[in-house]
Amino acid sequence: MNNATPLLHVKNLHVRYTTDEGTVHAVNGVDLVMKKGETLGLVGETGAGKTTTALSILRLIPDPPGEITSGEILFDGHDLVPYSAMKMRKVRGNHISMIFQDPMTALNPVLTIGDQISEVIRLHDRLSRSEAYGKATRMLELVGIPADRMGEYPHQFSGGMKQRVVIAIALVCNPLLLIADEPTTALDVTIQAQVLELMQNLRTELGTSMMLITHDLGVVAKICDTVAIMYAGEIVEYGTLQEVYNNTRHPYTKGLFGSIPKIDVRERRLKPIPGLMPDPTHLPQGCSFHPRCPFCTDQCRHKKPENVLLYGDHFAKCYYAEDGLQ
Amino acid sequence: MKELVTVKYLKKYFSTPKGMLHAVDDVSFGIERGKTLGVVGESGCGKSTLGRVLLNLLEPTSGEVWFEGENVAAAKGKRLWELHQDMQMIFQDPYSSLNPRMSISETIAEPLQIYSVYESVRELDERVDELMDIVGLARRLYNVYPHELDGGRRQRVGIARALALNPKFIVCDEPVSALDVSIQAQIINLMQDLQEQNHLTYLFITHDLSVVRHIADDVLVMYLGQIVEQCAVEDLFLNQYHPYTKALLSAIALPRVGEQKKRIALKGEIASPINPAPGCRFAPRCMYSVEQCTVKQPQLREVAPGHFVACDFAEEIS
Repeated sequence: MNNATPLLHVKNLHVRYTTDEGTVHAVNGVDLVMKKGETLGLVGETGAGKTTTALSILRLIPDPPGEITSGEILFDGHDLVPYSAMKMRKVRGNHISMIFQDPMTALNPVLTIGDQISEVIRLHDRLSRSEAYGKATRMLELVGIPADRMGEYPHQFSGGMKQRVVIAIALVCNPLLLIADEPTTALDVTIQAQVLELMQNLRTELGTSMMLITHDLGVVAKICDTVAIMYAGEIVEYGTLQEVYNNTRHPYTKGLFGSIPKIDVRERRLKPIPGLMPDPTHLPQGCSFHPRCPFCTDQCRHKKPENVLLYGDHFAKCYYAEDGLQ
Repeated sequence: MKELVTVKYLKKYFSTPKGMLHAVDDVSFGIERGKTLGVVGESGCGKSTLGRVLLNLLEPTSGEVWFEGENVAAAKGKRLWELHQDMQMIFQDPYSSLNPRMSISETIAEPLQIYSVYESVRELDERVDELMDIVGLARRLYNVYPHELDGGRRQRVGIARALALNPKFIVCDEPVSALDVSIQAQIINLMQDLQEQNHLTYLFITHDLSVVRHIADDVLVMYLGQIVEQCAVEDLFLNQYHPYTKALLSAIALPRVGEQKKRIALKGEIASPINPAPGCRFAPRCMYSVEQCTVKQPQLREVAPGHFVACDFAEEIS
């Protein structure tokens, strides 16, 4: 593999769902580049299109009602969009795998943990049953669960333990890219910290790139290299962790930071973003954030802003990104 | 200031096939009028049960809950029903706590009808309109059903319903946990405004320490049904004594670059609250535990003015 080609390059991706209430424009022109070995944080609120973007990369959008209407998903230089179902099955789990939000429902309740991990290995590698079981055991130990629990069922594990098992399943075939959709949201803070630490260690050990989908800016600060902020199906700001956090340019990103209660200083009031996320069946004209934006001008109401390139790779979709909003 | 709610030796056990589940185990505290007491802890620590037992929605196994000179824990039937006018609750999940077959206005009007507050329909309608204005729900949502609303608006309905009877005390059980951050901030601001205007007293249950820091005056940290640390909110963030509180605070992921604290790793996970072993309940996960911890249960004691900790070695650890 050529090191110059990015591991993942999503170009102008559009995804829509056709429902009785109208067409839901879930993803509207997402551009995304991930280098090898990098951890990207994809941040946004409910309905921003984070999960839809991730499912499109794996081609798991339920069709119908969902449909990738345009765009390219270049994985290691190959466009995944025209891939057949058979070809896609070889990619999933082997080259790209995914961790879902809720570890309680991601596991099969009637199969033992050992069987569930070896199943993935047997699907992708030509290994005998016992070889696969051995490999699965090593993987389980790698995620910090003693090998003698291979024969147990999911209900015998706690939430944090189940998420470790799910991580083991996702990483057992050494994928190049791991997509983790809110992997720690359902867990308690002390367990969340354990799981994040584990994921960070495994990433260094196995060299997997990771796309972390979350709404928690704290989790992103802990483990990500780059950040993409999503709003109404678009990436409104992208850059290195340093740039996005310390040199925030998009008013939505600013609003997100203002909404979080600070742990070290007590403010009298929080500064929430006024209003609500737009209805994805009727997105506003112009900049999709303009109805909630305190800096909105006439231009914003009528014409969609383009990406404004700032320092390095850092860009923001806002007319006033360069001036810095005060 | 005088305490509005005083809790003494409150216990709630559930009988399960595996044994007695100690959900709330010998908890005592008070809340001053007009203040907010934050209750923090991880899932399974008994914080939600505590909120319910306080209102006698779940009957306590033993103990007392004094509210304006009356023991709520002993109240029954009609008297309890009357007391609930002054003690209301806001629930965690705005998706399952609203009746899907009742419109927003019907939901908000229901408590007013149950307690026959108004004689005429006109007065009732006026009060519902007023409540919708107070919590920031547009009048056009009057006849809308819960499934048509987003989480933030549903939580506003839950708040309007809790406020309808002008209560003095509200138990808020994770009211913002199910909401997105930008909406969460809107609801927190609303709850703070309402507290100021109506002189409300809150028991605010949450697992999010930064929310507690923002909204609460005093805080209880719970672990497996017991209070492990109790103090003013500012004290908790300046100086933690209990090893569990220290670990909990160190586990928070800060939304800033390069300022991550050294995490105190906790061994294992929260133990089962069924038939707990004698001694300190945190001992199996505690890095400082010695033999004494597994034998003798530490009592809550004052280590600094107004700062209570249930750990025999609190000073040494700090």
